[in-house]
Amino acid sequence: MTGAHQGLAPALFTAFVLTALAIAAWAGRQRRGSTEEFYAGGRLFSPLENGFAIAGDYLSAASFLGISGLIALYGYDGMLYSVGFLVAWLVVLFLVAELVRNCGRFTLADVLAARLRERPVRIAAGFSSLTVSVLYLVAQMVGAGSLVALLLGGTGDRARGWTVVVVGALMVVYVTLGGMRATTWIQIVKAVLLMGGTVVLTVLVLVRFHGDVSALLTTAADRSGQGRAFLAPGLRYGHDLTSRLDFISLGLALVLGTAGLPHILARFSTVPTARAARRSVIWAIALIGGFYLMTIVLGFGAAAVLGSDAVRASSPAGNTAVPLLALDLGGGAGSTGGTILFAVVAAVAFATILAVVAGVTLASSASVAHDLCATLGRRTGRARRGPRGEVAVARAAAAGTGAVAIGLGLLAQNLNVAFLVGLAFAVAASANLPVLLYSLFWGRFTTRGAVWSVVGGLLPALALVVLSPVVSGSPDALFPGLDFRLFPLENPGLVSVPLGFLAGWLGTVTSPEPADAAGHAEAEVRSLTGAGAA
Amino acid sequence: MRDSDGRVAVTVQRTAGGEPARDAAGIYREVQRSPAFREVRRRYRRFAFPVTVAFLGWYLAYVLAAIAAPETMARPVAGALNVAMVAGLAQFATAFLLTWAYARHARLHRDPAARELRWAVAVKTLQGDARSQRRAITAGPARDARAVRGPGELR
Repeated sequence: MTGAHQGLAPALFTAFVLTALAIAAWAGRQRRGSTEEFYAGGRLFSPLENGFAIAGDYLSAASFLGISGLIALYGYDGMLYSVGFLVAWLVVLFLVAELVRNCGRFTLADVLAARLRERPVRIAAGFSSLTVSVLYLVAQMVGAGSLVALLLGGTGDRARGWTVVVVGALMVVYVTLGGMRATTWIQIVKAVLLMGGTVVLTVLVLVRFHGDVSALLTTAADRSGQGRAFLAPGLRYGHDLTSRLDFISLGLALVLGTAGLPHILARFSTVPTARAARRSVIWAIALIGGFYLMTIVLGFGAAAVLGSDAVRASSPAGNTAVPLLALDLGGGAGSTGGTILFAVVAAVAFATILAVVAGVTLASSASVAHDLCATLGRRTGRARRGPRGEVAVARAAAAGTGAVAIGLGLLAQNLNVAFLVGLAFAVAASANLPVLLYSLFWGRFTTRGAVWSVVGGLLPALALVVLSPVVSGSPDALFPGLDFRLFPLENPGLVSVPLGFLAGWLGTVTSPEPADAAGHAEAEVRSLTGAGAA
Repeated sequence: MRDSDGRVAVTVQRTAGGEPARDAAGIYREVQRSPAFREVRRRYRRFAFPVTVAFLGWYLAYVLAAIAAPETMARPVAGALNVAMVAGLAQFATAFLLTWAYARHARLHRDPAARELRWAVAVKTLQGDARSQRRAITAGPARDARAVRGPGELR
């Protein structure tokens, strides 16, 4: 890397940050200080805008750099991520988006509280949503730290540590100032940048191979050192039974977790109607599907242009495959084209991380202020603070969760980003999705069922992670010196998702109180017709 | 209440023995029991549930095939493409296709009826007294109302 690279990428990055802060200031200028404004941005975004914002919230750096890198290293096995991340959106579109828009206000707990006893479900759902958000935030923080080390030539732990702190602090300021309105706009800007950058790279890869996909795949297979096995399953997940089960576990978590992510559910509150929510998901599916198709081209393109060994030499996890590909496609190291393209890709990757951090920070502040503080505060006898008071709490909560995520991000710097994201998806699929689906579709569902479902998914998911080889008992573990590993899989989804569903059913059938028929009638009519929607 | 000229009534009937609906909760229960609402719910579920089971099954089959039958998945189809790559691209194709099918189904078979029910609930909530419960509530253009009655018909 030459000095020119290191100057251009930070300059572009700074320009993005300044633009984002200007948007926040502009959006914050007209804020009215209501919860409606802070959590939902006034609910008046169009389906197209919200579709871009959903894509912006969903496509994290793990998608942009991680998946292409995995494909460049493992060929076909990396492609399975692309498929799982897209198919997950059908669950959101068919079962969740419209109904949540109709009977929710801002958070998962709002949907549950529409028909169940408010206090217990708010505490349970608020706590599990907060857990998912913090895990997701830590993943993004760790990703930002690694990116700085890899892309901008910042070496050593100090540069990474400072990046985590600065990224976290910037986004806390951003969310605090602008709320959902500013956060939505940063997602839109980022989605446009990310799609634009990906399209340019994909076109350049296809031009390099004269539009012949077969030639691209054959070259990739040749240069991977694996031959045709590179295009078939098994390079990463085919070694033994444990790794195969781990793959199913991850696949399950990916496809079911999306519908339980708090920052995705919050996006449906920013549009006026269920129809707008549906149309925004359709836009998002078009963008996300197109993006993942292009990551496949970029991944195989990196293998074909650079060779898998060159990718592995730069980063064992493959995270630098796309920036290196950009450098080569632009004309190679030292050329003006290569320098510019490399800097653009680095800046887009940073913009991606910043935007996702903003979205998740906002969702976690809603969990804390709207669900946990509002409920727990009432018991301790404090007077209701009203919407303005709640927004003040939400701003403080954004700062608080940001600080916690910065702290954990500094501690977890050596954990794999894709693993952390997979874990957040697994917890969302185990703790949030069962209770959401039961509440939307099961007439006999009770409050006890809801609490058991959340606890019965959350605790096993977290416990199995603590007992997994990720934490202890393997050379790459968090505590490599200790060994208290009891569970063989890295991802808990295969066990904890069924447990979440089972606990919800068990809690409901053993419930001493009958289901609230009137509450269910109201929730069902509202969810399907949009009557009385906020 | 609108004039019934050119419009068809959607009647939300009270079930026998039901208590008079004075509050919002009563109205929601009444709407929930009405044939019009059950038709909307039936249409939604008859599309969403089987299709969800189908695409989750297809996705799981795709994942399981990669680890259960890797030799079959590695078989070449055309050029450098093998069964696994084709199946992966087919997952993308079905995702886009099902998105389109769901949007079309919702637009043609659910949106008009749901809009009428929303209107019915709003009117009832505003009236808020039991006397008018038996009166027909009219709303929406005639073609929308027809969509409530004729299940499965396409335009």
